[in-house]
Amino acid sequence: MIECIDLTKRYGKFIAVDHLTLQVAERSALALWGANGAGKTTVIKCLLGLLRFEGAIRVDGLDVRRQGRAVRQRIGYVPQELAFYKEMTAVEMAAFYARLKGAPSERIDPVLEQVGLSEHLAKPVGALSGGMKQRLALGLALLSDPPVLVMDEPTSNLDAAARSQLLQLLAQVKTAGKTILFTSHRIEEVEALADAVAVMERGRLQFTCDSASLARRVGLRTQVKFIVPGHEVERALEVLQGEGLAARRNGIGVIVDVSHGEKARPIHTLSRARIEVIDFEVE
Amino acid sequence: MNITVIWTLAQKELRDALRNRWFLLYTAAFVGLSLALSYMSLAGAGIAGFAGFGRTAASLINLVLLIIPLMALTVGAQSLAHEQEQGTLAYLLAQPVTRVEVFAGKYLGLAMSLLASVGLGFGIAGVVLAISDGAGSPAAYVGLMGRTYLLSLAMLSVGVLVSAMSKRAGVAIGGGLFLWLAFVFLGDLGLMGTALTMRLSVGQLLWLSLLNPLQVFKMAAILDINATLDLLGPAGIYAMQEYGQRLRIIFLALMAAWIVLPALAAYARFQRRGDF
Repeated sequence: MIECIDLTKRYGKFIAVDHLTLQVAERSALALWGANGAGKTTVIKCLLGLLRFEGAIRVDGLDVRRQGRAVRQRIGYVPQELAFYKEMTAVEMAAFYARLKGAPSERIDPVLEQVGLSEHLAKPVGALSGGMKQRLALGLALLSDPPVLVMDEPTSNLDAAARSQLLQLLAQVKTAGKTILFTSHRIEEVEALADAVAVMERGRLQFTCDSASLARRVGLRTQVKFIVPGHEVERALEVLQGEGLAARRNGIGVIVDVSHGEKARPIHTLSRARIEVIDFEVE
Repeated sequence: MNITVIWTLAQKELRDALRNRWFLLYTAAFVGLSLALSYMSLAGAGIAGFAGFGRTAASLINLVLLIIPLMALTVGAQSLAHEQEQGTLAYLLAQPVTRVEVFAGKYLGLAMSLLASVGLGFGIAGVVLAISDGAGSPAAYVGLMGRTYLLSLAMLSVGVLVSAMSKRAGVAIGGGLFLWLAFVFLGDLGLMGTALTMRLSVGQLLWLSLLNPLQVFKMAAILDINATLDLLGPAGIYAMQEYGQRLRIIFLALMAAWIVLPALAAYARFQRRGDF
């Protein structure tokens, strides 16, 4: 459905995307994974025709350069930084973009209901919370029921609750059969949505893998913070370090650095040693 | 081109202009001063009729030369640069629209808002003149309004060109204000200085002054009202002797060039940009 062939984007001597070739199959979801500056957003902007580039990008067989409007007609776009006309209300905004997309106005109410904004139609966009704005962005992207959804860090600015809500919505969208391309550096987002992951570094594609093996392939580590009774802190440290875990004291608790799939291991270790875990937090 | 897209964008632009406090301030100033000038000119003339209208028209020309370029240049300068700075332009261009539609929609919307402003100013002043029986020739008054509108479009095109060349709204508005100063004040001073130092002939002086769209507007408006440019001195007398009534076509062509050429240059710049 989406094909990037030898995609290269230069800013003077700086190469933001370097000979990237990748494909996203119809009805599948691909995550572009990488640190800030890896070139993920640049790929999205090239796909939308916002940047000039070398190489070729095709969506549904259409060339982005020569058939830009037809390509964008097939794409619903959710940007990283929401740039809305703040004085418009949610429903005015939806009506405005529906007209631009050629979507029937009857789509507006069901879509806004689908993204949970039915009770906020009359609010100016500037007054919506971050989570609502992101859901509005998703709603606008779905107005014309496009076959492709392109998202740039869709949950990056959201708190945990709003992130969870949005991920549930996106899972429904995926189930409905959309082809999805999104950028992310959040593992839970990738695991929840992506079928495959393209890992980028300094503009180059390093490798592609399935989402389940991403954490292992990139050596992702997670910090788990435990609160244990004050008199047990020293013993907890000894037990954890004795198990080969990287543990250190942190105020009234203990921080353990574990690989992504091992978050439960320190809990089991402490439990076996009969050390009470009062609370814990994953960072 | 998709007309629905262009019209949708134009409507939004018009709505935004009517919410823009600077635009409202300029419009209020233009309407207020037009009204005051009409009233005072008629009161000062002491009689109604053509003398009153001529006096009012002369005052209106000077008012238009000051306010309309300022208004049109600043709204034009804000148009693209402000949206780019806010990030809304990139999001707009990510929709199934083409750049020519976005450009045309924005330009049309701003042109409609300027028409509303000019229409309001001239309309209210016209009502005062009509009530006082001092409207003189309604055709001349409507002609002056039409030329004012053409001047506002020319300045809008220049403002949009500045906007297309800037990434930041502040820089674009600064550029617009500088051009306003150049057209309104520095143009006259530069022309006088050049004429003195270069010892220009009257014909050269005439054509040099016609490079400034404000001068084109002024001469065209005076020609409409007085049917001659003699009151402009040697350059005006020369223009009448040399070109006669063909001047009307020359003025119209020059104003059309000032509307079309900067607008085309602005679109070309906008179309080529690849940094959204």
